[in-house]
Amino acid sequence: MSTHVLSLLVEDKPGLLTRVAGLFARRGFNIESLAVGHSEIPGLSRITILVDVEDAPLEQVTKQLNKLINVIKIVELDPSQSVQREHLLVKVRADNTTRSQVLEAVTLFRARVVDVSTDAVVIEVTGDSGKTQAFLRVLEPYGIKEIAQSGLLAIGRGSKSITERVFKN
Amino acid sequence: MTTEPLPVPSAPTPSAPSADAVSGTPEILTGSGAILRSLKMLGVTDVFGLPGGAVIPLYDELMNQDDIRHILVRHEQGAGHAAEGYASSSNRVGVAIATSGPGATNLVTAIADAYMDSVPLLAITGQVFSTLMGTDAFQEADIVGITMPITKHSFLVKRPEDIPAAIASAFLICNTGRPGPVLVDITKDAQQMKAPFIWPPKLDLPGYRPITKAHGKQVQAAAALLAGAAKPVFYVGGGVIRAQASPELLELAELTGTPVVTTLMARGAFPDSHDQHLGMPGMHGTVAAVLALQESDLIIALGARFDDRVTGKASEFAPNATIVHVDVDPAEIGKIRAADVPIVGDAKDVIADLTVAYREAISTTTPDISEWWTYLKGLREKFPLGYSEPADGLLAPQYVIKRIGELTGPEGVYAAGVGQHQMWAAQFIKYERPNSWLNSGGAGTMGYSVPAAMGAKVAEPDRTVWSIDGDGCFQMTNQELATCTINNIPIKVAIINNSSLGMVRQWQSLFYDGRHSFTDLNTGHGTAMVPDFVKMADAYGALGIRVTRADQVDDAIKLALATNDRPVVIDFIVSRDAMVWPMVPQGVSNSFVQYAKDHAPTWEEE
Repeated sequence: MSTHVLSLLVEDKPGLLTRVAGLFARRGFNIESLAVGHSEIPGLSRITILVDVEDAPLEQVTKQLNKLINVIKIVELDPSQSVQREHLLVKVRADNTTRSQVLEAVTLFRARVVDVSTDAVVIEVTGDSGKTQAFLRVLEPYGIKEIAQSGLLAIGRGSKSITERVFKN
Repeated sequence: MTTEPLPVPSAPTPSAPSADAVSGTPEILTGSGAILRSLKMLGVTDVFGLPGGAVIPLYDELMNQDDIRHILVRHEQGAGHAAEGYASSSNRVGVAIATSGPGATNLVTAIADAYMDSVPLLAITGQVFSTLMGTDAFQEADIVGITMPITKHSFLVKRPEDIPAAIASAFLICNTGRPGPVLVDITKDAQQMKAPFIWPPKLDLPGYRPITKAHGKQVQAAAALLAGAAKPVFYVGGGVIRAQASPELLELAELTGTPVVTTLMARGAFPDSHDQHLGMPGMHGTVAAVLALQESDLIIALGARFDDRVTGKASEFAPNATIVHVDVDPAEIGKIRAADVPIVGDAKDVIADLTVAYREAISTTTPDISEWWTYLKGLREKFPLGYSEPADGLLAPQYVIKRIGELTGPEGVYAAGVGQHQMWAAQFIKYERPNSWLNSGGAGTMGYSVPAAMGAKVAEPDRTVWSIDGDGCFQMTNQELATCTINNIPIKVAIINNSSLGMVRQWQSLFYDGRHSFTDLNTGHGTAMVPDFVKMADAYGALGIRVTRADQVDDAIKLALATNDRPVVIDFIVSRDAMVWPMVPQGVSNSFVQYAKDHAPTWEEE
């Protein structure tokens, strides 16, 4: 298996996410991560999907996605031609004895502390999945209480946008 | 954005503009009125449905107009299959209406069926008040959610002003590109409230761009392959019928001399009487058709999707064939079998283009497929379709079906259920024109036949319409006989009564040591005959006839053909031991096609 990043430009319609997610499920494809948000065009949303699948079935799922009436464009983003980021919020145990070590890790990873209490801190970190996973491994010994992780976000490098390609042919 | 605005489909004959349209002020209609007006503007003349709480406003408006004939069915599944039969026999969109909750869920089987067989079906369902949605209100079901995997698209409408665009979009989507079912779910308040009726509505479908015109280079590549092939074959699927491409196919076939096979969904797309026609391929195909595909060096698939019932074991299907795959749906190309030349486009246009390209291609080469034809004609002569008389002395079902076809002729419409009788009807009736053969091919929906025949008779009232049904299938949807009698829809039903769920019984006989587990229906010879189909026909106001002997067959069929003041039901009591041959057992290569029992290499497993 190999992972692929798909960027979908979709109409912002009720049930759209169900249509997309349902299609993956019933055709037997597993979504590794999913991120949904507004695009630069009102009424259109961007979905970034990380899927673990071989090339031939990927082509099939892309074609099936294209058949969804509310899906306007699908692009696979090559890791070398795109910027790919995850966003992670993690609550770590940190009392007087360990706080300084945790903060040192935060500095090293260029992460940020966004909340502090007497025995824990909440840290946010952004990066590719290699970085976020490495950060979690470093924090592990202190005691991770909770993780909230975004789906992968990705955007193509260079000046061209996917929407330009769609609407200016 | 440069996406072309989609044209709103319109009625075949332009309707006169209403007085209000002339004055320029839009008419104010209830949402229900807007549904009906939109359907009228789209050219819809017949709908099938059954009212309930959430569509009472719509049914109230139905009483105020004469443009659309509403046929009250006895079960919503009947409305769905009737709309399918209507569409499949006439190439017009079929419309089914149901109420919320159970009314809508009763449509689900028909919607799934239409999805598998690419039938243009518009399903309109009532939904509970928008203020009650999500509260588990009485007769509430999330029908949009339920049908998402089995519709081409669906709409949930909560405001009356959105109705014209939703109906027009649904109509356009279900009937263009690869056809399929579209559901429009409309809340009761949207049906009751009023809004200005603006036509044509603005359609906002930026993501819907069906491809119809194929890539010229690909067509040329296909033509070059065809000109150079030694063993070519046209693998014709239901897409050719949906695209109404039969005339183009005939021209191309005759120009090239290529052998033609027509799948279960494509029976009638190419005349059975034509010398180049080898018949139906697949699990119960003719030996010549199965082996033409299996041993060819070039398969040109036209609106076909390499279904498992055609390919057998896909990894061993036609191992030496180069594949040209023509389909309007890009997702079908390469789904099962990699295509060497993929052509996305409407079959009608592509076949016409291919004809032109082939003429150019043969200016430099002279194709010779005479050796291939000698081989195929040998197979056809050696292994014609046939059957043996049953050992129990009862009627041969194949004979009955053959005679129905011969006495009715190619202008009739034949709608089958699912099972043995369906296969025999596909084999032993000779189809000469598209849209004359209706069946549930992909979904395999028992109970399709009677309501589909009813729908076909509404669409094509001047044609003789037969429901070729099984005793099992018939018991699933026969209540629509009441609809037929009351609404003067004189269909003819031939029950091929073998007292069993015959196809399952055949598999049990062949692959499960004859252990006939729960396939006995007790409707036929030597049983309690429950129900008595002749009495049942009588109860429904239909003419009931029972036939047990071969010498009664023709008279019964002739009486049925002469009876047009009410439906006819003929209970043909046939042998239960008759089997469908030839057969390629499931999961093996098509090379192992078995002409009749023990007339082929032995198979390890089913």
